[in-house]
Amino acid sequence: MAQIFKPAMNTICTLSLLGGAVAPFGILFVGSRITRSPHNTKVDNPLDQPIPFSHKHHAIELAIDCRFCHTGVEKNATAGVPTTEVCMTCHSQVWTNSPNLEAIRQGWETNTPIQWNKVNTVPDFVYFDHSIHIAKGVNCNNCHGPVNKMPITWKGRDFRMMWCVECHENPQKFLYKDDSHPGQSPRAQVFNFYKKLATGAKLTPEEHELAMGEVQKIPDDKVHEGYQNMKDRKVNVNQLKDCWVCHR
Amino acid sequence: MSLKDMNKEKLVTGDWDYAGMDSQIGGVVLDPARHMEAKVPPFLAKFMPESVRSPWWVMFGIGFVFVNVLLLSITILVLTGIGVWGNNQPAGWGFDIINFVWWIGIGHAGTLISAVLLLLRQQWRNSINRFAEAMTIFAVMCAGMYPLLHTGRPWVAYWLMPYPNVLGLWPQFRSPLVWDVFAVTTYMTVSILFWYVGLVPDLATLRDRATNKFARVAYGMAALGWNGGSRAWHRYNHASIMLAGLSTPLVLSVHSIVSFDFAMSIVPGWNTTIFPPYFVAGAVFAGFAMVIALAIPIRKWYRLEDFITMKHFDWMAKVMLATGLIVAYGYAMEVFYAWYSGQPAELALLYNRGNLANTPYSWAFYALILFNIAIPAFLWSPKVRQNLKALFWISMSISVGMWFERYVIIPLSLTRDYLPSSYGYYTPTIVDFGMFAGTIGFFIFMMFLFIRYLPMINIFEMKELWHHMSHHDHKEHETVGGGKH
Repeated sequence: MAQIFKPAMNTICTLSLLGGAVAPFGILFVGSRITRSPHNTKVDNPLDQPIPFSHKHHAIELAIDCRFCHTGVEKNATAGVPTTEVCMTCHSQVWTNSPNLEAIRQGWETNTPIQWNKVNTVPDFVYFDHSIHIAKGVNCNNCHGPVNKMPITWKGRDFRMMWCVECHENPQKFLYKDDSHPGQSPRAQVFNFYKKLATGAKLTPEEHELAMGEVQKIPDDKVHEGYQNMKDRKVNVNQLKDCWVCHR
Repeated sequence: MSLKDMNKEKLVTGDWDYAGMDSQIGGVVLDPARHMEAKVPPFLAKFMPESVRSPWWVMFGIGFVFVNVLLLSITILVLTGIGVWGNNQPAGWGFDIINFVWWIGIGHAGTLISAVLLLLRQQWRNSINRFAEAMTIFAVMCAGMYPLLHTGRPWVAYWLMPYPNVLGLWPQFRSPLVWDVFAVTTYMTVSILFWYVGLVPDLATLRDRATNKFARVAYGMAALGWNGGSRAWHRYNHASIMLAGLSTPLVLSVHSIVSFDFAMSIVPGWNTTIFPPYFVAGAVFAGFAMVIALAIPIRKWYRLEDFITMKHFDWMAKVMLATGLIVAYGYAMEVFYAWYSGQPAELALLYNRGNLANTPYSWAFYALILFNIAIPAFLWSPKVRQNLKALFWISMSISVGMWFERYVIIPLSLTRDYLPSSYGYYTPTIVDFGMFAGTIGFFIFMMFLFIRYLPMINIFEMKELWHHMSHHDHKEHETVGGGKH
């Protein structure tokens, strides 16, 4: 009887065995890269907005406090985006003819809110609360990236659970402390950081990193200070990693 | 046949040559006419067209219908959520876990026959190992469906595995449910590997004997270029011994770990150390029952009486008898522990099992004793072990009994917990029954596809056994523990 397979089949067979052994790892690796890529996480992708708003200009060059626009950040779960009226506080007086601000004037006249596109979002099953994070002194830049440098807003961090848990596990590494005003509340210290940036005051190396968009990390020789911060601010680290803290 | 004659009987009867064996066993796959030889009962034959009037088509048809029932049940379940099952507080586990444990247990005979008996050089395994292993694989498939679907989101079932994920989470390694994932996936992988490695020489036989082009290419690909040379055989022997070594601990570990799901908890009736050994014995018990229940009709339909002899049935029945006694001992110890512990919750459970008049589940406990202990006691009689009809029905009784064992363990303990406020009653729904009947159908469906497309008896091992028997003196081929070569 004639041979069923040609000799080339030997090579094909060996290659397919090798391929079968390697392919699962390759597929898993590629899959894990894709899920972590900015294409999926939207990190560093500037989002078009109805009005090209610059945080860099407003928060640093003009030294407007974060809370002027994000009014809910100290009290509420959501920081909130400014109402048309808040924008018009200034823009009824300055840049009144700017074509960039046409949308805001339209909204003001017709009494319709601006539809901002949401940059940072968490899934519905995550109960995130800004107020507690600010109250314990987690700096805005820590989660939102270098907002002070953003001419148009982009997502600074990928908000994956692993990243949340990293801080909930070791909060001592991530609590911001303004050494020049140690007596103030942690909440006030958070916003001092932006005052420092606006006035060009001298920054500590950690603050400099935070301003550049790096995740704040307390160096090893200062970590006892971090623990002290945690204690002073009554951060209950034992329950921070419980499921119900974020998933109700 | 007397016991003495039985011991003299050979493991392969009749007069064979190697080619004859090839065509008798391999022919079931290569020659479709072989599936049409056996007759179906007249009351069924009336309704069946001539082209499909055979037991194979009947069983395949039953399997096919119930596979669709299974698909329908899964569709309802996935579209609606697991609320369509009867599980609810306080019985968070119900049919899903009962059937999971039942199916996993059934798989165990395959591994025992193929691995443990191979290492012990028991030649009587040769004719039953192939389809017992196939049974293992299909039973584990059936079992695996239940926990996956019980997660409610089977599409994220990979979360059960520990892998570096973006959640920064690992499974709870202290939970026996996670150990279960590892135990069952390992079991599945090793079983498939072992089965496939054992199939390779037979696939090559089929490749060489097939006349159909498609069959030759398909079996040729699956045979991985097997040429039957001594190097190939040498490697084959190494591989199969190694896999047998890997599978042997699995026979004990898989069902031990399944039993930890219960034994690690503090639920009354579950927290006992007897669980692992008695679950393993129960698994082998149920597994052999299923092997016998399948072997009896298949042997008859495909005229394989010379390969699966009465001696095989006798020994399988003895294994069942032995494991059944271990299981009975387990039940006795459960009762003893409950009494000896003196714990009110354990004693209450004993009362709930035993008091036929006043408790909701005690009927199941007595059904268990009947099906699992009383009826299999007939196996003590050599005459019963030689009566295929009796053996078939005893096997069926054991299958039912082992199901009741899990039924007694799960809903009874969960609905009679420590607090009377969490008392309840477990009622399975139609979807539960659909899933259960569906997995049985799936099992039958897969088994009969396997019989159609793969050799159900290990051809080369039968030839080897035949060679061994016809080239050694009379005395030696009677003994089964005497070594292979």
